Amino acid sequence: MVDTRVELCALPLDNPVIPASGTFGFGYEFADIYDINCLGTFSFKGTTLSPRYGNATPRIAESESGMLNAVGLQNPGVEKVISEELPKLKQCFHKPVMANVSGFSVEEYVATSRALDACNEIGWLEINISCPNVHGGGMSFGTSAAVAAEVTRAVKAVSTKPVIMKLSPNVTDIVSIAKACEDAGADGISLVNTFLGMKIDLKTKKPLLANKTGGLSGPAIKPLAVRMVYQVYEAVNIPIVGMGGIMNAEDVIEFMLAGATAVEVGAANLISPYACKHIIDALPEVMEHYGIASLKEIIGKGH
Amino acid sequence: MMKQTQLTITENKKIAANTYRMLLAGDCSALSHAGQFINILIPGKFLRRPLSVCDYTAESVCIIYKTVGEGTEILSRMQPGEAVDALIGLGNGFDLAKSGDKPLLIGGGVGVPPLYKAAKDLIAAGKSVSVILGFNTKAEIFYKEDFEALGCHVILTTADGSAGTKGFVSDVMDTIDYDYFYACGPKPMFEAIEKKARTGGQYSFEERMGCGFGACMGCTCKTKQGNKRICKEGPVLEREEVLW
Repeated sequence: MVDTRVELCALPLDNPVIPASGTFGFGYEFADIYDINCLGTFSFKGTTLSPRYGNATPRIAESESGMLNAVGLQNPGVEKVISEELPKLKQCFHKPVMANVSGFSVEEYVATSRALDACNEIGWLEINISCPNVHGGGMSFGTSAAVAAEVTRAVKAVSTKPVIMKLSPNVTDIVSIAKACEDAGADGISLVNTFLGMKIDLKTKKPLLANKTGGLSGPAIKPLAVRMVYQVYEAVNIPIVGMGGIMNAEDVIEFMLAGATAVEVGAANLISPYACKHIIDALPEVMEHYGIASLKEIIGKGH
Repeated sequence: MMKQTQLTITENKKIAANTYRMLLAGDCSALSHAGQFINILIPGKFLRRPLSVCDYTAESVCIIYKTVGEGTEILSRMQPGEAVDALIGLGNGFDLAKSGDKPLLIGGGVGVPPLYKAAKDLIAAGKSVSVILGFNTKAEIFYKEDFEALGCHVILTTADGSAGTKGFVSDVMDTIDYDYFYACGPKPMFEAIEKKARTGGQYSFEERMGCGFGACMGCTCKTKQGNKRICKEGPVLEREEVLW
């Protein structure tokens, strides 16, 4: 009997598998077809203070072993998330959920985090300082160690729940940014968000996405993400939520060996709505195959 | 309700220029409305390809697609007997209950297929169905006889005049007596229809999709009733709610 349980910032998870923000909505589309309580938890759609429509379409483009997206943080705004989405979510998901917060100013991150922190359904705040698809917000907070630290400090000051900073890989030195977040009081780090990319349509001879650039996700980025988790693990003492192209149970184990305490699964959910369930179902057998009795024990064992 | 299922190709045949018809067998019980779509995994491609459903039963589905890129090229080379992973029963489909006694179906190019099942169901409900089929040129025409065999009154247009009436589908709308319409095709065609239409109707929209089942927000559009996901609350929108 293998043990898939882990702890993320002192909260227990039945397994380390967490659907990533933006690929799982608020859970209902998936709850329609299977019981999503098998998940460790899930990170809900990136929420901002005000409602956002997001970018014009096309927002999605295919690439080799992955995809580009430039959705642009479409969400109903924190007020509606709390009054409409969370009560619905509560009907189908009975574990603490991870709130994903984005913003366009430090004040906005603070206000949104404060409001979500007060909700009983929420276990963790994942602060997205890494969205590459909005202008004047998102990623611009995650590309400077000083600004990342400022957001961390400000959100920590108003939060009672663990604060996990979601980092952008589009930086020269992700380790220094992770370290700055830890020093500013972050309880965890999640990485990586998508890599900034572009696809040009040969028929129109112009960028295919309306936003021109988009974030690359999927197996194409997995080795880059594993490397970054590995590097950050050596530099920080807080838990890491690793992600980037996870498609199966083997990938989960690889990220955990690199240093992840839990993992997020993103693009895979869009290809198969059952992706996370299949990964969770496969974990025990794959663990046995590799002689792993407890997932907790392999965190960072690649070092 | 959406279902993920393995379908087996029973036919994959070229029926017009760059246009193929694929028949697949398997559990298709998740399909409930004309105008819904399926999202299929193509070997070697990361994202699924959403394809409108031309016809279906509980055990089979027919899709008609045009080779427009690498994904559909690969699809066109697949052989009977091969299995395809599909998400089926996606989207809302047409609301045929809103049709009057004389519905008009308007299809442009690969927008034609979903109208076939709609025509079948409307005829079965005792309606007098007119159909305008619009293509660029004669070589691209498909399913004219199939609509006629159902008992529809069919008017054909081609942009270059190589068959039927020269012009666009909207050019012949005034010649038809109808009390409701259903349209599927490219957006410029809808804009032309919008100028001519005298009744209520429904449009089935196309968009690049990530997931096809409402999770990724990749295909959102603005409507008078707020944001809608083309894959989930669509692809069919009522004429009255569309923001042009």
